[in-house]
Amino acid sequence: MPFALPIAQPAPASPRPPAPARAAANASLAAAAPEPMGFFTDTTVCIGCKACEVACKEWNQLPARGDGGAHLEMSGQSYDNTLTLSGDTWRHVKFIEQFPEPYHGRWLMMSDVCKHCVQAPCLEVCPTGAIIRTEFDTVAIQSDTCNGCRDCISACPFGVIEINHVSGTAQKCTMCYDRISVGLEPACSKACPTDSIQFGPISELRTRAGARVAQLQAQGEKGAYLYGADPTGPLGGLNAFFLLVDEPEVYGLPREPKMPTRNLVRGSMLSTIGAFMMAFVGALSLRARRITEVQQASGPKGE
Amino acid sequence: MQTSVPDTFFSSPPHFRWLIVLYFFIGGLAGGALVLASLMRLFGRAEDRPLVHLASEVALAGAVLSAIILTVDLTRPLRFWHMVIQNHTGLPMFKWWSPMSVGVWGLLVFGVFALVAWLGALADQGRTRWGVARAAANPAVAAIGAVGGMAAGLFLAGYTGVLLAVSNRPIWADSSWLGVLFLFSGVSTAIAALLLGARWRGLELPSTIAWLVRFDRITLALEAIALVCFVVSLGAVARALVNGWGALLVLGVLGMGVLLPLGMEWRPRIHGAQRMALAAACVLVGGFLLRAAVLLSSEQVRVLGTHVIR
Ligand code: SF4
Ligand code: SF4
Repeated sequence: MPFALPIAQPAPASPRPPAPARAAANASLAAAAPEPMGFFTDTTVCIGCKACEVACKEWNQLPARGDGGAHLEMSGQSYDNTLTLSGDTWRHVKFIEQFPEPYHGRWLMMSDVCKHCVQAPCLEVCPTGAIIRTEFDTVAIQSDTCNGCRDCISACPFGVIEINHVSGTAQKCTMCYDRISVGLEPACSKACPTDSIQFGPISELRTRAGARVAQLQAQGEKGAYLYGADPTGPLGGLNAFFLLVDEPEVYGLPREPKMPTRNLVRGSMLSTIGAFMMAFVGALSLRARRITEVQQASGPKGE
Repeated sequence: MQTSVPDTFFSSPPHFRWLIVLYFFIGGLAGGALVLASLMRLFGRAEDRPLVHLASEVALAGAVLSAIILTVDLTRPLRFWHMVIQNHTGLPMFKWWSPMSVGVWGLLVFGVFALVAWLGALADQGRTRWGVARAAANPAVAAIGAVGGMAAGLFLAGYTGVLLAVSNRPIWADSSWLGVLFLFSGVSTAIAALLLGARWRGLELPSTIAWLVRFDRITLALEAIALVCFVVSLGAVARALVNGWGALLVLGVLGMGVLLPLGMEWRPRIHGAQRMALAAACVLVGGFLLRAAVLLSSEQVRVLGTHVIR
């Protein structure tokens, strides 16, 4: 077991129920009216093993990147060669290599995923209705509906969605809808050897995450904070939220993700004003032509 | 350092490339053409009719081409109808808050008005006796069609800019001015296309052409103002344009596509018809470059690993 060593033990202040108990809880949740479910990713215990990436690929039968792996490209800039989430990579373990000097620095590891935004920008713009909110308050793309217009790609503030080159449709993490519907936890959190990825009811995850932040701060990691856990924050909170120890931008996350429709009213108003100007100027100049021509015809000389 | 990266830089490019550049250009031009046809029908006179006919043809051809380009650009083209009919329920698919959804319906409505205008033009010219065309040429129907066509044309010319703004992409979502900029550009490119078309067909319409040229001056001046407002409204994000695309925006779009044609009008060095054709060609190229610079400058920005590529 290469990942058996205790990089970080589950925090005593935030006990996590043992696996069978979790499964039972999930099963009962699936049976009854499900409450919002999500991921809490504690980046401080991520060891960058990429087990979640592999488990996700395996369970969801996702193809290898690019041409199927025959010519696998290396990033050439990092030990991370996945580099980005995409239509065929729904979990991506980011390596943030902070090395100001060769022997002095740190790695920040973060398993990135769709945030299952409470107010989801992708869902907001999708013109076919392919993107839906599930009964678990997660966001899923129906592949049989998507026609690949790619509007959702530009709407997602986190760069999550991409076209899957096999299906030709937009794809991303489903939070293992097929698994959680039958009371199983998603493949990635199941595979994570350090419990960096935790799955469960959002309310419970928030409590656990808050306790973990308090614990880290008490231990001296003053920079620890939660990204996306605040239901009154940007996008109504993220159902996949993170514990970070550096600025959001360092992890490739926007400081304040926004809804695309924030520009709708202003952009439409300006365009409408412009449209009225065009119609008005056009009509007026045609009228003016008549007046000018009449004047020219009756005046002593033309232009 | 990294902390100064604007929020829009963390999204992914949607691969809106040359086909979409082409659609934005053709759609804007077609929209502008129907606006001009409608204006001339409503406020012009009988001698403007040959240009009304030409503008209707341009509008209809543009609508058909737009629909083809948009369908081909989908990664699953056979599912184009999912935009208007829900595939699971058979009910209409419409989201008023999604410019792409509204745009698809807008293009459909535009196509209908362009068709009415074109049929009316055919009957006007005595090129058909088909009842439907004759009905479309009926003054009352033509007037209603012109009002609707004007609204649909103005919408088609401008909504593409709002579509880009309603996203989370750098440059596009960092300004609300793209809609109005594309709208003015759509009308100016339509005027340019009509001027060139009239010359190509050998239409002798001095009064109509003179009006078009005057209207073009105003439109180009408004376009220049909107372009400046757009760049200024970008604020710190404008630095994403400090590259070849930015140079193209200044030299190609503002310089060649707006200021040069305006200058040719005000300080005529080259003679009459040639000057007009050259100015019109510059406006057309500038209009195309505007879409290319706006779309592709944003397309190239993305985060890979922990590096912002731009
Ligand atoms: S993170 Fe992106 S893809 Fe996921 S729900 Fe939010 S907007 Fe949609
Ligand atoms: S690409 Fe598919 S999921 Fe994305 S907006 Fe278009 S139809 Fe919707």
